[in-house]
Amino acid sequence: MQNFEFANPATLNEALGLLGSQWGEADVLAGGTDLLSLMKEYLHSPKRVVNIKNIKELGGIAKSGTGLRIGATVTLDELASNALVRQMYPSLAQAALEVSSPQLRNMGTVGGDLCQRPRCWYFRRGNGLLGQDENGKSLVTTGENKYHAIFGSGPALFVSASSFGPALVALGAKVTLVSASGKRDVPMSEFFVSPKSNGEREIALKPNEILTQIMIPAAGTNATYEVRHREAVDWPLTSASVNLTMAGGVVKSAVVVMGHVAATPWRASQAEQMLTGKKIDAALAERAGEAAVANATPLSENGYKVQLAKVAVKRAILKAAGLTV
Amino acid sequence: MVSALSSQKDKEKQTKAAVSRRGFLGSAGVGGGILATSLGAQEAAAQAAANVMGPTEVAITLNINGAATKLQVEPRVTLLDALRNKLDMTGAKRVCDRGTCGACTVMVNGKTVYGCSVLAIDAVGKQITTIESLGGPGKLHPVSAAFIKHDAQQCGYCTPGFVMAAKAFLDRNPNPTREQVQKGLSGNICRCGTYVGMREAVLEAARSMKNA
Ligand SMILES: Cc1cc2nc3c(=O)[nH]c(=O)nc-3n(C[C@H](O)[C@H](O)[C@H](O)COP(=O)(O)OP(=O)(O)OC[C@H]3O[C@@H](n4cnc5c(N)ncnc54)[C@H](O)[C@@H]3O)c2cc1C
Ligand code: FES
Ligand code: FES
Repeated sequence: MQNFEFANPATLNEALGLLGSQWGEADVLAGGTDLLSLMKEYLHSPKRVVNIKNIKELGGIAKSGTGLRIGATVTLDELASNALVRQMYPSLAQAALEVSSPQLRNMGTVGGDLCQRPRCWYFRRGNGLLGQDENGKSLVTTGENKYHAIFGSGPALFVSASSFGPALVALGAKVTLVSASGKRDVPMSEFFVSPKSNGEREIALKPNEILTQIMIPAAGTNATYEVRHREAVDWPLTSASVNLTMAGGVVKSAVVVMGHVAATPWRASQAEQMLTGKKIDAALAERAGEAAVANATPLSENGYKVQLAKVAVKRAILKAAGLTV
Repeated sequence: MVSALSSQKDKEKQTKAAVSRRGFLGSAGVGGGILATSLGAQEAAAQAAANVMGPTEVAITLNINGAATKLQVEPRVTLLDALRNKLDMTGAKRVCDRGTCGACTVMVNGKTVYGCSVLAIDAVGKQITTIESLGGPGKLHPVSAAFIKHDAQQCGYCTPGFVMAAKAFLDRNPNPTREQVQKGLSGNICRCGTYVGMREAVLEAARSMKNA
């Protein structure tokens, strides 16, 4: 790890003044569960690290209108055990509770989870977001790719790592990004981006911005279903989050989002259309799962993820509808 | 954290005291650390107002197992490395150094964390609890005693991390089921595969702590 200057601001304004205009000048430090690893691998070598955990206004979970405001530095443990979150957004509470270990949930924050860098092993060993060799040839398509994307036309083939991404897209949430010169609200559906070059980022955040809060509107019945390799410390293989607005036992509108299948959370519009206007049962959920993966384009080693994604969508729909999975 | 920065005087006292072998290697080994030690103090003082410290060594005070402990660290030093290399507290182990194995588990403000993924300078002002506080021979913590009774280790390298994880888990879940124990210890890995014995040990520790 390269040495850096450590800043410990007490207010958001102070923190914003300490950030740089280019990546590499300063990095925000929340729980450190990803940043420290990135620095140890020299993937990030900031000149300054700005700790945001002592900024009061970035914490807390509170009602906001008919929805909820979640501060960026709320830990995954606080999120998973919060009564309002569990009651209003079980899909999010479930995602938080499944994040790999008690230690990570004690340390990791919601903002950090959304801003964590991809776990693609080519990216992590220094081959950039697109995972290319020195001649620009994709290492992903020609090499080991069993955990990579099964959707999207590239060139980025990593999968978005955040467990919260799919749940928050399905819930129609927004994040607030603040810089010294202003603030903007970005819908979660636009926060994650599929980079076209190694110089871009996979999220809408700019180097001089801090993600301060997540705003979630009132939601329908919602659930997340994750498929994991094993109990221990690792990311999901695939997941699905579903948000259903029901009227008289019939689906009025549905949002179905798959996770860990593409460089961004991946919306399954065909599945959504199939559910709309219908009463949910096992057969319909099964067909929606099939529709969700109809356009999948798996790589040489990850065809198995298509099946997992199909099952995750089906089970998330059943779970959201309160039926047995 | 301005208040946490020790005064120049404190710092001099501490420099004289800290001539343990590990402490010396720790500060001398990394990129011109000896020079940095003397420059660090002035710079830290100058920047204290803006709450900006480093990049050279900074004098900090950590509250470890109830004792205020002074040391000097560059901002990049993790809590784990500070404990092991600067303070000779080698209970917490460094295995993956990437937040994936749990060997470095310590408690900060009553919650388990991976010591390898926290900066020492970021732990200033917090209560740090390490395996060293759990009692030694003759007065073992119930979790440690149950680990011995159930032969819950082979090479033992993962053990301090598991014992800390188990203690924190029982603090929060005094009446756990076997499944809850399994999930509660899911942040730690044992390469020797002694999970069955460890789960037994934690269940027994839960019983003996209740009867105590
Ligand atoms: C072994 C392991 C297993 C994991 N499993 C899962 C999993 O199953 N699902 C999952 O979702 N995650 C998983 N994670 C990731 C973990 O949840 C994230 O590392 C964590 O949530 C990041 O939060 P943090 O506060 O520690 O972020 P940090 O490490 O402090 O920061 C991460 C990144 O985000 C930036 N950042 C942080 N907060 C802000 C902010 N408010 N504004 C702007 N930038 C910010 C930092 O600059 C840095 O680039 C796993 C991690 C490990 C090590
Ligand atoms: S050494 Fe910290 S988790 Fe492995
Ligand atoms: S006893 Fe050897 S790693 Fe657990």
